[in-house]
Amino acid sequence: MIRFALCSAYMALIYAFIFLPVAVLALFSFQDGRFPIPPFRGFSLRWHAEVLADADLIAALVNSLLVAVASSALALALGFLAARAVATGALRGAGMVRAAITAPLSVSYLVIGLGLLASLNLMGIGLSLGTVAIGHVVINTPLCFAICSAALGPATANAERAARDLGAGEIRVMALVTAPMIMPALLAAFLLSVTFSWDEFIIAFLLSRFDVTLPVEIWSLLRSGLNPKTNAVGSLVFMLSALAVLAVELAAARRK
Amino acid sequence: MTARIDISAVTRRYGATLALAGVDLTVEAGAYCVLLGPSGCGKSTLLNILGGFADPTSGAVRIGGRDMVGVPAAARPTTTVFQDYALFPHMTLLDNVGFGLRMRGMARRARQSRAAEMLALVGLDGAGARRPADLSGGQRQRVALARALAVEPDVLLLDEPLGALDLNLRRVMQDELKRIQRSVGATFVHVTHDQEEAMAIADRLVVMNAGRIEDQGPPERVYRAPASRFAAGFLGEMSFLPARVQAGRAVTALGVLGGPQTHPEGTRMIACIRPEHLRIGPGPALGPIDVLDTVFMGAHRKVRLRARAAPDVDLTALLPADTAPGPDLAIDAGAVTLLPDNGDTT
Repeated sequence: MIRFALCSAYMALIYAFIFLPVAVLALFSFQDGRFPIPPFRGFSLRWHAEVLADADLIAALVNSLLVAVASSALALALGFLAARAVATGALRGAGMVRAAITAPLSVSYLVIGLGLLASLNLMGIGLSLGTVAIGHVVINTPLCFAICSAALGPATANAERAARDLGAGEIRVMALVTAPMIMPALLAAFLLSVTFSWDEFIIAFLLSRFDVTLPVEIWSLLRSGLNPKTNAVGSLVFMLSALAVLAVELAAARRK
Repeated sequence: MTARIDISAVTRRYGATLALAGVDLTVEAGAYCVLLGPSGCGKSTLLNILGGFADPTSGAVRIGGRDMVGVPAAARPTTTVFQDYALFPHMTLLDNVGFGLRMRGMARRARQSRAAEMLALVGLDGAGARRPADLSGGQRQRVALARALAVEPDVLLLDEPLGALDLNLRRVMQDELKRIQRSVGATFVHVTHDQEEAMAIADRLVVMNAGRIEDQGPPERVYRAPASRFAAGFLGEMSFLPARVQAGRAVTALGVLGGPQTHPEGTRMIACIRPEHLRIGPGPALGPIDVLDTVFMGAHRKVRLRARAAPDVDLTALLPADTAPGPDLAIDAGAVTLLPDNGDTT
């Protein structure tokens, strides 16, 4: 009994540690007053309404969605194709290729962002949402590659072989056999990429100019001081991320 | 619909190992050919070369007179029933069976009705809406067969198709395979290591070992008069008794066995004795024997014994259950095969 109580308390503490900041953030987004700090003065939807009325914020939100979906789709396509090439075993030095593709996972986003900034300058490419998307493709391709690689195995290889035997060319093998067989993994990779792109600040900050993504817009909002409106944006963003993660979990559960 | 296969001087090397060492094989159109051998003998490699999943290091492969080397699997007149069936788990049985037809551009309605016919052929009528995960192993095997046959291949390749089934089901399916082969008329090439299955199905039996063909021909001929010691020992039970040519006859410790010999005087040979060659009847008698072991098998009694005259060789006899083994057991000398003894002991 004591053991159970201790375990429960421990678990409650862990969850509190993880979720308290978010809960506080969300709570004070409903603050009826000008400062998002205790004491809580009463419940108001005023700040949420203000967020939705802010054209810059909404534009940034749309930009973020665009960048997230486009960059994730591209990262998934690249990761899937690379994973398939490595999985067939026909590639010479597949181990090296695998290492080279996954290595960027361990490089800091700041370094990737600075590197991209320098490269884009060198190539004379102006900064835009497109360059932000390129940055996000760079960070998400290794992730998509790793998830797709894990899903490809003897079962998919054998089914692909059977499809070829029955007359399918490589494109139809991929479209009709490989991709449907690992659909849950493809979905998981895509949604994880979307959440990473959605939250990503430093690359988006370094590689954008006039059109910015939501995290960059929030950052500029923060520079003018704390305000329950930032809390409201934060809790909205958190909700969207949470929904995406939930979708990933559901996709993964369907695979089992 | 059907095609002849000509394989000549095919070798296949994987690094330092030689998986196929100069294989020549011709299979007539519409024949049921079984490649039999222990694992690692090269039979699966040969099947992969026919199917387009591997290329020979050297040699020629023709199907229906067309050179197949370098032709991808998709463009060959062959289809394969894979060992693990390799069904598409995300498709219904109809879509699985219709996949090859879809690749050939057949319209959906037409290929679905054709797929339904193929499912009926393999005894799965009405199961078209189910998925592979809903099926038993035997049913999956049937779907794999229907899928491979739906495109009317000239040659059907079967890679240990019955290996994953239990014994009873295996015996049922082997009769089924033979029936289906007769009804579709395609050339079947079937790889197995089960000699009973091989003898039951094959029109043409090919015994392989260490990348070579040891013997090939109708199963009865291969069984009764094997061309090599390996083929003799791999197919059914066999005892080997040393012999030596004397005056144009093969003389063993148990008397003269086999027919007249053309080998020179003194040549060392091996007499291959099947259990059924030992019976009470005419021929050289065993004389005094020691019974080592008796197993009751219903209709027969399997007796392992040793003749005192040839104490180094264990013989096996299949005797009627009421016959006791004794010194009047004799060898059916004319049925015994004699092979030159070239020193290999496999």
